[in-house]
Amino acid sequence: MNIFQDANRQQIANRRLKDHLLHTLFLLATSVGIIALTVLIIDIIIDGWAHLSPDLFTNFPSRKAENAGMKSGLIGSLYILLILIPLSFVMGVGAAIYLEEYAPKNKFTRLVQLNISTLAGVPSIVYGILGLALFVRMLGLEKSLISGALTMTLLVLPVIIVASQEAIRAVPRSRRDASFALGATKWQTVSRSVLPSSIPGILTGVILAVSRAIGETAPLIIVGASTYVAFLPQSLTDAFTAMPIQIYNWISRPQVEFKDLGASAIIILLAILILLNISAVIIRNRYQKKF
Amino acid sequence: MPNKSQSTLSADANEYSNPFKNSRVSKMNKVMPVLLFLCAIVSVLTTIGIVVTLLSETINFFKVVPIQDFLFGTKWSALIEPQRFGILPLLTGTLMITTIAIVVALPIGLASAIYLSEYAPDKVRRIIKPILEVLAGVPTIVYGYFAISIITPVIQFIFPGAGVYNALSAGIAVGIMIIPMICSLSEDAMSAVPRSLRDGAYALGATRFEVALKIVVPAAFSGIVSSAVLAFSRALGETMIVSLAAGSTPTLTFNPLDSIQTMTAYIVQVSLGDVARGSIEYGSIFAVGMTLFIFTFLLNILAQYISRRFREEY
Repeated sequence: MNIFQDANRQQIANRRLKDHLLHTLFLLATSVGIIALTVLIIDIIIDGWAHLSPDLFTNFPSRKAENAGMKSGLIGSLYILLILIPLSFVMGVGAAIYLEEYAPKNKFTRLVQLNISTLAGVPSIVYGILGLALFVRMLGLEKSLISGALTMTLLVLPVIIVASQEAIRAVPRSRRDASFALGATKWQTVSRSVLPSSIPGILTGVILAVSRAIGETAPLIIVGASTYVAFLPQSLTDAFTAMPIQIYNWISRPQVEFKDLGASAIIILLAILILLNISAVIIRNRYQKKF
Repeated sequence: MPNKSQSTLSADANEYSNPFKNSRVSKMNKVMPVLLFLCAIVSVLTTIGIVVTLLSETINFFKVVPIQDFLFGTKWSALIEPQRFGILPLLTGTLMITTIAIVVALPIGLASAIYLSEYAPDKVRRIIKPILEVLAGVPTIVYGYFAISIITPVIQFIFPGAGVYNALSAGIAVGIMIIPMICSLSEDAMSAVPRSLRDGAYALGATRFEVALKIVVPAAFSGIVSSAVLAFSRALGETMIVSLAAGSTPTLTFNPLDSIQTMTAYIVQVSLGDVARGSIEYGSIFAVGMTLFIFTFLLNILAQYISRRFREEY
């Protein structure tokens, strides 16, 4: 009996040891992601800090690294957002309202829903190819600001639709019933009761979509963003560049000065993204109503 | 509810005497559903647009380049004479990157998911989850910079024969990029496993590791597999990291230290040059894009199928 107990104790000790070892291993694996992020940020700051100057905001790209800036890229990204935000907001929220409030429960609706989740998994470069064929060639918009902005709008649309759907779904039935009981029509109920209560969730989705659009590079290259633009686009059909395109152009060059310049541009890009993310968190925490 | 005679009466009176009826309100009520429906249709039109443009240009391309040369050719030189369009080098390049990425990301992502769902105290979770969210939000171009400025020099230090551009560096960077995706999707699946199953195992004297590996992971298996498939599809379509770090030489090789080219990197390379519409290079973008789209589309369908078909219901 005693021997049996000892063996048992030994076995339990082994299992405990295994548990502890694997606990450490899992913790180490989790820290890999954190370490990677830390190394990445430190590396970028070391490389880019020295070149971080107001010139970066006020100068156009140049053949000489010390004069080069990304004014055209910054303004280009800003213009793209000015077109993208209203378009994708209206279409994305509209689609979400239709699917949540109006759509009959039939095969077609399920198809649309399935289609949206599939679209979210399509590689961004494929959107670029669509933009090239549809906007640049077929509609004759050429390699212009509007082609780039419309392509990006299609790209971020699924993000906004899914986030808005979740926000609308979270509004309880009772709110709608209260509105109907007061004699409101369906549209009055949707626009004055459901939408206002779901706006924080929708805004969070829009911010996520915007941060996706700011960093996306590949589709803009495919629709023909230029890598060297020394002017600001004056109209929708002018040639354009954007921040990530400018970064790509700099870091793909062999000279170290341009690589460092690219690093300082990345600092600015990441700073903008972090600000956007913080604002999303603030909106989520402050305005999100618990029903 | 009014009875029948009342409702016909009010229908007659509707147009002129109902003091509560506002014509603008009722018009909006009729028009808006149609407008909203049109918004929802945009997403369907996008899919149709993608399929139609890819298909029509690919068919044009196959009129010039025979389809068997495209599928089975072992040489890809689209931009230099003599032009050859065999997709195999681009395909092996792409698969090599995705394989390296999955080998890096799957163990790390899964282990982090198990840690977060089974081991981590609430405080730690609240710190780590936002960090992973940040990691997921970093633009791919930044990972590209990370690959060429950190990972490549380290690889060259360890393997002195490695080139400036190599598949291993890009593959590792893509792997780091998809860790958050595998981790958060798998963790969602694990958190959905009911508390009672774990408690049952603990009551039998199981350790946390045994609960994680023998109870939680099998119960969440469909979610874990579908997260891996989705991550694979994401790695397949990744563009900027590979065009920066993996090079632009389409070679049929299985050596991860060689410079290769992926399908996405080829599309970027062609787009950076000036390609005339109707030229064979222009068509090749669509043929390669079509191949990429088919792969990712099938993988996404597979992931949805796995997570629905093999889900354990509690």
